[in-house]
Amino acid sequence: MREIHASEIAKVVKSLCIEANLYLGEDVLAAFDRAEKMEESPVGKEVFEQLKENARIAREEQVAICQDTGLAVVFVELGQEVHIFGGDFNAAINEGVKQGYQEGYLRKSACHCFSRANTRDNTPAVIHVEMVPGDKVKITVAPKGGGSENMSMVTMLSPSDGIEGIKNRVVEWVKQAGSNPCPPIVVGVGIGGTFEQTALIAKKALLRTLGEKNPDPKLAALEEELLTRINNLGIGPQGLGGRFTALAVHVEMIPCHIASFPMAVNINCHAHRHKEAVI
Amino acid sequence: MSATIRLKTPLSDSDVEKLKAGDKVLLTGVIYTGRDAAHKRLFDLLKEGKPLPVDLKGQVIYYVGPAPAKPGQAIGSAGPTTSGRMDAFSPKLMEIGLKGMIGKGMRKKEVIEAMKKYKAVYFAATGGAGALLAKAIKKAEVVAYEDLGPEAVSRLEVEDFPVIVVNDTEGNDLYQQGMQQYAR
Ligand code: SF4
Repeated sequence: MREIHASEIAKVVKSLCIEANLYLGEDVLAAFDRAEKMEESPVGKEVFEQLKENARIAREEQVAICQDTGLAVVFVELGQEVHIFGGDFNAAINEGVKQGYQEGYLRKSACHCFSRANTRDNTPAVIHVEMVPGDKVKITVAPKGGGSENMSMVTMLSPSDGIEGIKNRVVEWVKQAGSNPCPPIVVGVGIGGTFEQTALIAKKALLRTLGEKNPDPKLAALEEELLTRINNLGIGPQGLGGRFTALAVHVEMIPCHIASFPMAVNINCHAHRHKEAVI
Repeated sequence: MSATIRLKTPLSDSDVEKLKAGDKVLLTGVIYTGRDAAHKRLFDLLKEGKPLPVDLKGQVIYYVGPAPAKPGQAIGSAGPTTSGRMDAFSPKLMEIGLKGMIGKGMRKKEVIEAMKKYKAVYFAATGGAGALLAKAIKKAEVVAYEDLGPEAVSRLEVEDFPVIVVNDTEGNDLYQQGMQQYAR
């Protein structure tokens, strides 16, 4: 049994919150470069220029890439050989979020649903814990902004809708979202499971390195086709018209009930933020 | 694509009437921040016939909830938020003289109609480019609703703040035009 103090968890979560919000991933920057070269719209090209410049300023001046530093979504893979001691595990994560958002000058965006009163420390975090073999703890912090999250959806299709049903819904949904989620976007698609699982795998699909294909060739082909169809919509960077509405589509699939065919689309913006650490 | 236009706030009818969807504009002068909660409060005051904490005649509202400023910064990252959430309130504000709105994302038909009727424009700033856009903001000062935190109304002094006209006073819509041009 490996012992990890709860304060260690808080410390790691704190720095991940800051890193995720200040430093855009190399995979995203590389995707900007590729897309900028291929973008046909002059305004679209300019948008990519701005996004690259924005990422540079954020990195060098240590400020948030985007002012919407999101709700802190925290994924934990907890090794079953690990014993967390010295405090409440969930409280430690929330403490890390609180400190990270305070010390990193990040915006606090959590509020009461009815009164809209801000909780003032960006807690509660959204925590997903999965037990895995081993004696390590892997923590991923994925700040999620409201603009793109609002454009996401879960639908319970009928099995007879088939794969075409999935494709049409995804494309329709992205079209409806239009310029709202800050395109170029990254589209996470979940297929299967139950109502809540399909949404969760759609969100997890966003954690994959940008543009990496699903190992299942059928799903990889689906990702490719969806990306082409989405980019044929012409919405373009910032919705101002152009070739790149999306940088990537990531699909994840798991078995579902014989009567069901759930699907979810979780849209992420170009501020495609997540950072992980292993303790 | 037209060349870049430099404009000083506050804006007059003739300033905004010259602007066309697709024009790139650099704004200089004072603009005010306001998003969901502030709009609700302003709207409620108008409904009750009470005065607003700021006179919006000729003014531009920027839909933004900035990140906190680091020591030495005028403001933290400050990119636009989704404008559609302000749609319910915008026509009323244009009626009392608001001339410009800065945000990102589509506006409802009624809002586009109100821009024609009251002579106002909707600008987009690059969503998610908050670190870059903050560079054009030289000074920020909360003028109302401090209790709203990031949603408070602030007076911003901007210099060459980069925006693009999405909806003009003739009802044109750059989002529609752009999409049609590049759809396959
Ligand atoms: S959608 Fe993303 S990039 Fe756009 S404002 Fe929200 S968090 Fe920032």
